[in-house]
Amino acid sequence: MGIIEVQKLVKHFKTITAVDGISFTVETGERFGLLGPNGAGKTTTMRMLTTLLKPTSGSAIVAGYDIKANRDGVRSSIGMVFQEPALDRQLTGRENLDFHGRMYGMKKSLRQERIKEVLDLVELFDRADDLVQTYSGGMQRRLEIARGLMHSPKVLFLDEPTLGLDTQTRRRIWDYIVKLKETRNTTLVLTTHYMDEADHLCDRVGIIDQGKIVALDTPQKLKNLIGADVVTLETNCNECEIFHRLDFVKDMVRHGNKISLMVENGERKIPELMTFSHDNQIEITSVELHKPSLEDVFLQFTGTTIRDREAGESDKKKHFRTRGRR
Amino acid sequence: MIKINGQAIAMLWLREMKRTWRAKSRIIGSIMMPLFFLVFLGSGFRRATLPNMPEGVDYISYLIPGSIGMMLLFSSIFGGLQVLWDKEFGFLKEIMVTPVSRLSIVLGRMAGGSTVALAQSLLILFLSALFGFKIQSANGFFTAFLFMILIAFTFIGLGLAFASKMKDMHGFQLVINFVVFPLFFLSGALYPVKGLPSILKPLVYMDPLTYGIDGLRFGLLGVSTYSPVLDFAILTGICVIVVTVGSILFETSDVGQ
Repeated sequence: MGIIEVQKLVKHFKTITAVDGISFTVETGERFGLLGPNGAGKTTTMRMLTTLLKPTSGSAIVAGYDIKANRDGVRSSIGMVFQEPALDRQLTGRENLDFHGRMYGMKKSLRQERIKEVLDLVELFDRADDLVQTYSGGMQRRLEIARGLMHSPKVLFLDEPTLGLDTQTRRRIWDYIVKLKETRNTTLVLTTHYMDEADHLCDRVGIIDQGKIVALDTPQKLKNLIGADVVTLETNCNECEIFHRLDFVKDMVRHGNKISLMVENGERKIPELMTFSHDNQIEITSVELHKPSLEDVFLQFTGTTIRDREAGESDKKKHFRTRGRR
Repeated sequence: MIKINGQAIAMLWLREMKRTWRAKSRIIGSIMMPLFFLVFLGSGFRRATLPNMPEGVDYISYLIPGSIGMMLLFSSIFGGLQVLWDKEFGFLKEIMVTPVSRLSIVLGRMAGGSTVALAQSLLILFLSALFGFKIQSANGFFTAFLFMILIAFTFIGLGLAFASKMKDMHGFQLVINFVVFPLFFLSGALYPVKGLPSILKPLVYMDPLTYGIDGLRFGLLGVSTYSPVLDFAILTGICVIVVTVGSILFETSDVGQ
């Protein structure tokens, strides 16, 4: 049995079904990602699992506690890093952490020890005694991650941990998250709408669209579902069918002066393709390699890209947010 | 089963103290309004005697309990409405996701808010004493202090009730204009309410601050319109009801998105 067991979770907001019967299991120590566009139901799912919202129907067990029957049990076992900042800006970083520790009933000596430990992890020790309002966005997010870990939760929930951060800061946050897995074996559940983030950080990814999980597996397996790499050659050949003679070429599509070859491990096949072309007097003017990404997976399962979905749903999203705030 | 978590209450109180101390200018600023009422109205109407004013009490002395009541009213409602700020800046979610009972959170908020409101009112009383106001007796002071606590709790509860029902800060000004000011003017803080048209009388009797200020006058000046025991009983009753309603509304409010 996993540390999180979700069974047919549903959440309605008046006329909108934000989460539509989601089920999944997360194993202890796993890094689990929910990937999908804004408004897909990721945050709502997370809010239900962290007891901030009551589900309309369905059930979930988090760290052995039922999210409906034993909210305090769930609350004491989890940590949460929110999408929008949830810090007291008029307190210092250290005071925010101390506040958190006391709310979880931690003793003074333990608090001091843990504060040092988590601040070291996110490299904020030097700024610990400055007011949070003087922190940059990235520093605030790091402090929130530190705070989420303060009470050594069994499960840490991260809602869009790198939303709105610059590339460098994102990388650093990723490093901390990877470090977490290596040093503490905390179970992580994170939501994101960045493909690369899900790919980089998660052991398993659930692709969520319009309140439903449409695919769930390791990033690699999801990408394998899409199939092979595509090597596209720009060439003047007339008798391109000759490439079929190579047994590693699974399929070939011709469009204009380009041909696309479906192959496994494309980067290793390019030299062979070059040699073969040369031997057959085929002139190649350019080569392109495309490896399937989670974006392609998303496209495959939802028939749209995340960006298109977000553009199309932006009105609905606004609507959804104002409702959600109640 | 409701658990009261002493450490969490203490922490919420401490947070309030730290925040207040760091926003000293705001605290000083909020003392200025009752102080201005006291100084300008008090000196302007110094020689005036209003109908129904108690015998042998000059207007400025009459106004001192009123100003203290005003301070408590504004500061306590504001303290309850602080929840809105926490909502706005996301910190409420951080509090709500911890395994601390909602009741403890309410109590922590009451403890913090009332400390600030009481400190501000005592400061006004102290400044009045500096300018020659004489408190009748130690007993009188303690009676007044008891009423101050009741007023503070009542209006923090009221602020909390409003804050739980409001999504964001937009309603704040409405509460100030349509709740706080009427409560203030109907309470007899500035003038004896006996002179008000009878159509307004029911509102006067429904206003908890009416009994609060009458009790304060009894403690500080030794005169009151109603029986101080009655004041105490009614105000305590209203306080318990308002705080209970405020806590229930807070507990059942969704933190939402």
